[in-house]
Amino acid sequence: MTEPSMTSPARPTVGAPGAQLLEGALTVLGDEPTSRVAHLLSLPQELPLALFSAMARLRAFDERAVILQRQGVIGTYPTYFGEEAVQAAGVLALSNEDWLFPTYRQTAAVTLRGCPPEVPLLMWRGHPGGWHDVMRYRVAPICVPIATNYPHAVGAAWGAKLKGEKVVALAFGGDGSTSAGEFHEACNLAAVVGAPVIFLVTNNQWAISTPISKQTRVTRLADKAAAYGMPGIRVDSFDVFACFEAVREAADRARAGLGPTLIEAVGYRLGPHGTADEPSMYRDQAQAGLWAAMEPLGRTEAALIEAGLADQQQLEQIRKSAAAALFDVADRLAATPLPPIEEIADSVHLRTPWSLSPERLHEPKWISNG
Amino acid sequence: MQLNMVEAIGRALGQILEDDPSSVLMGEDIGVNGGVFRATVGLQQRFGDDRVVDTPLAEAGFVGAAIGMCLVGLHPIVEIQFDAFVYPALQQLFDHAGRFRWRTQGAYGLPMVIRLPYGGGTKAPELHSDSPETIFSHMPGLRVVIPSDPRSAGELLLAAAGCGDPVIFMEPKRMYRRGRYEVPEALLAGDLDKAVVVRDGSDLSLIAYGAMVEVAEGAADVLAQEGASVRVVDLRSIYPLDRDELLSAASETGRVVVVQEAPRHCGVAAEIAAMIQEEAADSMLAPTLRVTGMDMPFPLFQSEDEMLPSIPRVVATARAALNY
Repeated sequence: MTEPSMTSPARPTVGAPGAQLLEGALTVLGDEPTSRVAHLLSLPQELPLALFSAMARLRAFDERAVILQRQGVIGTYPTYFGEEAVQAAGVLALSNEDWLFPTYRQTAAVTLRGCPPEVPLLMWRGHPGGWHDVMRYRVAPICVPIATNYPHAVGAAWGAKLKGEKVVALAFGGDGSTSAGEFHEACNLAAVVGAPVIFLVTNNQWAISTPISKQTRVTRLADKAAAYGMPGIRVDSFDVFACFEAVREAADRARAGLGPTLIEAVGYRLGPHGTADEPSMYRDQAQAGLWAAMEPLGRTEAALIEAGLADQQQLEQIRKSAAAALFDVADRLAATPLPPIEEIADSVHLRTPWSLSPERLHEPKWISNG
Repeated sequence: MQLNMVEAIGRALGQILEDDPSSVLMGEDIGVNGGVFRATVGLQQRFGDDRVVDTPLAEAGFVGAAIGMCLVGLHPIVEIQFDAFVYPALQQLFDHAGRFRWRTQGAYGLPMVIRLPYGGGTKAPELHSDSPETIFSHMPGLRVVIPSDPRSAGELLLAAAGCGDPVIFMEPKRMYRRGRYEVPEALLAGDLDKAVVVRDGSDLSLIAYGAMVEVAEGAADVLAQEGASVRVVDLRSIYPLDRDELLSAASETGRVVVVQEAPRHCGVAAEIAAMIQEEAADSMLAPTLRVTGMDMPFPLFQSEDEMLPSIPRVVATARAALNY
């Protein structure tokens, strides 16, 4: 059924850059056609297309955000082109009761929990309306400083466990974050207290310009889990079905009281670090080009068609409507009024101190009145 | 009942655990051991190890975890073992704790307390005598509270636990066992934003907090013998400052000396002096003066009395203001 022009769902052929890196990583799309088709058909009926739709929405958001940055509608923006499978699986493999702790690169993950896309876009427009409703979506504010969201996820998971609730927490992160102290402190604490938490680390080989070889001597980040006494799973980051299985299994373990899991989603950063980054300055772009065949939406499309779960036209339609939903988003962003600074100052404390009161925000009155 | 400061803190913690089923104590050695200062003695036995939790030795990790706990409805009270041990957790406090409510446009706060035994005068090793209140009060979104005696410690700790935002609750460990004083059997939450006039006077105001309140009172005794009527103000809240009480003290006495054991540069005393300069200059009869620690690492303990403001230093500075 696979159309010859389309990306094969299989992993790259031997000799391609991915073959070695992905060796031993959990895969569905890299399996023999019969077993991957069987896997897709074994899933709950709605799930394969739901995963694809989620990825299509993430892609549409990302592409629109890059356009909006070029147009000057938003500021600098960290694109996640190629990471859609990890993000979609991370959100959809959990229930809406579970907590997510995104970084700045999973800025649109909250939209998969029902938050309108203009909210995270307002963030990149420098507007306080960009802070989504944390409690409503059970998604923490996006975390800018590297690795510092890991302890938050541990605390939420541990806290839920202390309260006797079956809630799981998932923290996103990247390869660079595993060098930071809070990755270690969080993993260690999580394992010690048996926190039902999932560390979902995308290893895309690059932290801005720093390759993984300058980040760690461990070639498989999942191996780090052994040091904490928790399982470490490697999964193909471009394979949404494999990512879904990895997260679901980790969540099952967590809910069963078996504690944390480290998941290393292995792949390659297909795009730049962000809109202000120029990868050709520090890496061989031909290498990145070889990985382009792994681009997760194309791979998923091919697999869905191969399994007879959708046809090309249907999938095109899903992509088109995801993009169309964002056509007028710039107008909606522009129409969102900016609150005065007094209102923003009033949001810092429950009881606003005098120094943040409207009459005291600036210089004392006798000065400003001349 | 008669309690010293550390007993009053323990009693307040017990009362919080009793009254608020969502409260959780966490920190290093606070369980069976009752904390290195014994503030939590008996609490794990009384409330169980789900409410009084020993953590690994990793301040950034467990302060970060406390933030996550708040999201699922818990009210963590975190003990940091010693002042300088909080430095690994500063990123969590500055980047996350203080910013959380702002990140929700005011909707949700983090009801957490960081208990921080601090300050010198206990002949402790290096990095066990720091007074880092300034850095917390400079970073947005954190309240900074410092009691000076057993009763204020208990009452302010209750208030901190109930305030709905992160509070850095700094305990002057030199005062932990400085005698037992009357503390109500059932503590009531104090007022988190209020300085307290511990002794009234009309010639000069000594502004102090933590262990320096006792020093200021000692100085006021000496000055009283010389015929000066000295007001002593216990600041209690480092952020926000009690502007009304401070400006009253300045305008009613016309002379102010601020005492802090922290290093001088950009300290609390400097902020108070600037406030008085900007808003009460017309009433002042003398420049606002400071008695502070020095801009250097807290010395090894044989020299600590040189670092810490003493009664003679405060008296000498007050005389300079009185004779200006």
